[in-house]
Amino acid sequence: MAQWIEACVAGDIDEEDVMRFDHGGRTFAVYRSPDDQYYATDGLCTHEKVHLADGLVMDNIIECPKHNGRFDYRTGAARGAPVCVNLKTYPVKVDAGKVLIDIG
Amino acid sequence: MTKPFTPRDYSLVGADAKRALELGLASAEWYRAPVPRKRMKELMQREDGPAIRDTIIWIAAFLVTGGLAYAFWPTWWALPFFIAYGVLYGSSSDSRWHECGHRTAFKTTWMNDAVYHAACFMMMREPEIWRWSHTRHHTDTIVVGRDPEIAVMRPTVILKVVSMFFAVPQVIAGSKSILRHAAGRMTAEEETFVPESERSKIYRTARIWLAIHAGVVGLAIYTGSILPMLFVGPLPAMYGAWVHVMTGLTQHSGLAEDVLDHRLNSRTVYMNPVLRFIYWNMNYHIEHHMFPMVPYHALPQLHEEIKAYCPPPYRSCFAAYREIIPALLKQAKDPAYYVTRALPKDTSANVAQLAPAE
Repeated sequence: MAQWIEACVAGDIDEEDVMRFDHGGRTFAVYRSPDDQYYATDGLCTHEKVHLADGLVMDNIIECPKHNGRFDYRTGAARGAPVCVNLKTYPVKVDAGKVLIDIG
Repeated sequence: MTKPFTPRDYSLVGADAKRALELGLASAEWYRAPVPRKRMKELMQREDGPAIRDTIIWIAAFLVTGGLAYAFWPTWWALPFFIAYGVLYGSSSDSRWHECGHRTAFKTTWMNDAVYHAACFMMMREPEIWRWSHTRHHTDTIVVGRDPEIAVMRPTVILKVVSMFFAVPQVIAGSKSILRHAAGRMTAEEETFVPESERSKIYRTARIWLAIHAGVVGLAIYTGSILPMLFVGPLPAMYGAWVHVMTGLTQHSGLAEDVLDHRLNSRTVYMNPVLRFIYWNMNYHIEHHMFPMVPYHALPQLHEEIKAYCPPPYRSCFAAYREIIPALLKQAKDPAYYVTRALPKDTSANVAQLAPAE
């Protein structure tokens, strides 16, 4: 069942960047791609519990700040060592200038 | 500082490995100096330019020194060129292995990987094994029982430290490891940090390397000259290791174990431009550990950004060794001793906890 939660205002995130969003004891990473699309994933790297929001967004890749593990944040796909497990992704929509993610 | 001491177990499957987990020292939160997100993004940006420039110089230096060493062989005039070639082979490859292993040296992935694999071969460090081992080193830096890359264990074995300058432990361990992996076997320790899905790559690489080394030895036998073995293989890794050991030992030696703050277990040491080229700025070692995604060419800027939060840097290698040598000698007799770094007062509230004394 869908559970849309407001994560931030659209302008809060620069293009090709990421922001951390915590809700209900969970942590998420919300991304704005170079082509101005928004995406959301789990906030912690699947390799170690490191916040991806401290990492670097390069095109459609988020790189973990600790060990350089890389994911495609659009699909959550792990892109090579040291990450071997994909990242969970969440549907995102922008409504009235607000970024909403479905954490249901 | 000296604390009560019980002998440590540096293996990754022993008593201290269990202890590190129990004390929450494994995969823990580490202190990080505050850097605004916008600035950090600027510092983390990847570029190909600096590393391409440095790699062209690096390859040219190999060709010039190697060519002159070959041209003057077998006279003594070849000696200085072999010394320089050896430093390129056995020392500068260490930092190329390191930076390209992090995939931060170049923006382009294949460039990182190409230099990484070449440097790994020269250092006799198997690429997949060492990628995983270094990952653990960054997760649990100098945590006993967790970090597989603690260079000088306590109590200090002086002879072993001296032998490191000639890469004796490195070549022995590397040779055993290549043979073991070529035979399709892993150690219990390796199994703690290398996922099963990655192991077939390790075996394949070891077999290719073994074939190359056998080819070099075969060429030496065929030509009746040691010359091929002076250019490729364990020998140049040994006679050229001294610079990377000299710079590498400044990173953590003599400092605290089991702390969750890189300012207490790492050193930043100012070095001259030649050493910084060989070492690819890894003298900014606190900075590198605190923010491993910042490329080597941006570390001097990062140093300026966070130095107010760090202990004062050492002014030179000489200054660092004035501390390291006495510390290692003291640790040979008193393994509980370590050098305590003074932290800036206004950041002490942010210091992560020290592990409880044993």
